[in-house]
Amino acid sequence: MITLDAVTVRYGDDVALSGVTGKVADGEWVGLIGPNGAGKTTLLRAIVQLVPYEGRTLVDDTSTDRLSRRALARKVAYVPQKPEFPAEMTVADYILLGRSPHIGYFGSERPKDHHVCAALLERLDLTDMADRNLTTLSGGELQRLVLGRALAQEAPVLLLDEPTSALDLGRRVDALEIVDALRREHGLTVLSAMHDLTLAGQFADRLILLAEGRVAAVGTPAEVLDEAILTEHFGHQVQVLHSPDGELIVAPRRSGVTTGRDSREG
Amino acid sequence: MSTTLPRPTKVTTPDEPARETPAAILPRVSARRPILVAVVALIGAMVVGVSVGPADISLPTVFSALAGHLPFIHYHSHTSAIDWDVIWQIRLPGVVLGGLVGAMLAGGGAAYQGVFRNPLADPYLLGVAAGAGLGATLVIVEGSGSNVSTFLPFAAFAGAVVAVAMTYLVGTTSGRRASTASIVLAGVAVAALLTAIQTYLQQQHEPDLQGVYAWILGSLGTASWADVRLILPYVTLSAVVLLLHRRLLDVLRVGEEEAGALGINAARVRLIVVAAATLGTAAAVSVSGLIGFVGIIVPHTVRLLSNASYRVVLPVSMIGGAAFLILANVVALNVQAPAEIPIGVVTAFVGAPFFLFLLRSRRTGVL
Repeated sequence: MITLDAVTVRYGDDVALSGVTGKVADGEWVGLIGPNGAGKTTLLRAIVQLVPYEGRTLVDDTSTDRLSRRALARKVAYVPQKPEFPAEMTVADYILLGRSPHIGYFGSERPKDHHVCAALLERLDLTDMADRNLTTLSGGELQRLVLGRALAQEAPVLLLDEPTSALDLGRRVDALEIVDALRREHGLTVLSAMHDLTLAGQFADRLILLAEGRVAAVGTPAEVLDEAILTEHFGHQVQVLHSPDGELIVAPRRSGVTTGRDSREG
Repeated sequence: MSTTLPRPTKVTTPDEPARETPAAILPRVSARRPILVAVVALIGAMVVGVSVGPADISLPTVFSALAGHLPFIHYHSHTSAIDWDVIWQIRLPGVVLGGLVGAMLAGGGAAYQGVFRNPLADPYLLGVAAGAGLGATLVIVEGSGSNVSTFLPFAAFAGAVVAVAMTYLVGTTSGRRASTASIVLAGVAVAALLTAIQTYLQQQHEPDLQGVYAWILGSLGTASWADVRLILPYVTLSAVVLLLHRRLLDVLRVGEEEAGALGINAARVRLIVVAAATLGTAAAVSVSGLIGFVGIIVPHTVRLLSNASYRVVLPVSMIGGAAFLILANVVALNVQAPAEIPIGVVTAFVGAPFFLFLLRSRRTGVL
């Protein structure tokens, strides 16, 4: 479980986050949505102690700033928006980095670390690429690999910052399906920053809408993905459509342009 | 990729330990072969180092003298006293000292490139060279007679350590959070300040100019067992600490933030690695002078020829650096014998074209 208690982050005189409070229950997937600069990435970075903040962030009732880096990495795995993929590193070496929280300061990987990573590579359909250099992998393969590295930490909480931003539509859905499947298998708690509001509504149990560093709305996708709320906070006309099978589709409206549908209806 | 995932057959959970099967060991780049190749190169360089010199001593005589000195082997060498002295008191100390200094400069360079994630980093990045240079210059211009040779290594060592300590102090307190960039910039500033003082001292003591330049360009021509004994503890300690950090340096290859999220305290790793590399490098340059280029060329050659993992780069750079400097010393001592070419000139003259050749002929993405 993640608990956020009045989390405030300042960059000099600028306030990036202001008194953000909320909870993510065990096994729940909460999507962080909001316009650029709303504070989504900053909130995730605060939880993993990568930015100084006021207030408290707790994982399983333990304040994260009281944990050592290693202890925190055993509780929380974090996938940044733009992960670094070093040249001349193999897939096997890369996924084994995820075992760092379980290896002593001067230690090296043990058989169990290999087994955990080998199982994840198999699960993510990357086993045949284990000895390949990262430079030879496609965007989708890299995305799965970085998820694999995070899962190798065996942490109960997974933080994802725009996990599908670099992928095409099909690969986005694939990657999120993998996260969802692994979440259910391992009982993971997921907090993810997401730009694609339709996908956020399809995959997250609840959504937190951040705007100008504050929580603007919290609730189920049906509650938060509201045309008036989104239009107000994204600064642009938004329409929320309902698909025949009940899913919400969020699309921007072009201002001053008559759509084909409008002209037909007219 | 299908969205229908295969059922997990071997995925572990925190509560369920993995079933250990040999097939699940992941394929990893082995360090054994590159280390073996480097060891063979080192042995070859050592043989050349003890065999080649202005004094004409045959190879069998050299081996006889060496065998006569080995423990537990009761071999009586018939080597003449002069040859014995040349081999044991001149060539072998030069080989051993060259090996230690080369290993330290190359290992220190590799470690610095790792913690600063900068391919141009070398062991002199944070002011070791400027500090040692100022320390040595102070002794050369202020000292007299035998005092100079006695105190110079200590002054160079102290200057190097103080310079890096200053850099770290300035670099880590200059902003809200210490970054590698702020430390490197502090290193530039400290080095500039110390070099300015050194240049001023040189100008004020013109007769000593040649002595200062000779030291700056480096020399192993007067290597002795006393020099070896002096630096051995520091170099050994430094090398052991750096080698113990090779896995952590691999984690840092994804950047400090990601390494932090993976449970690594990057600032602590950086501090320990810099302290260890500085200790060893300061000791090395205190007896050899400022031999340049080794710390950049050797680690990058290892990366280009073998692998960029620090499990490979660190040990192979140390062994390869030792071999490289031993051979460079042979060239420095023999090409214009009895005159000696500064070894720093040799390392740059031989190393730069070789490195350029490698750069053009192999993949460069690893740099």
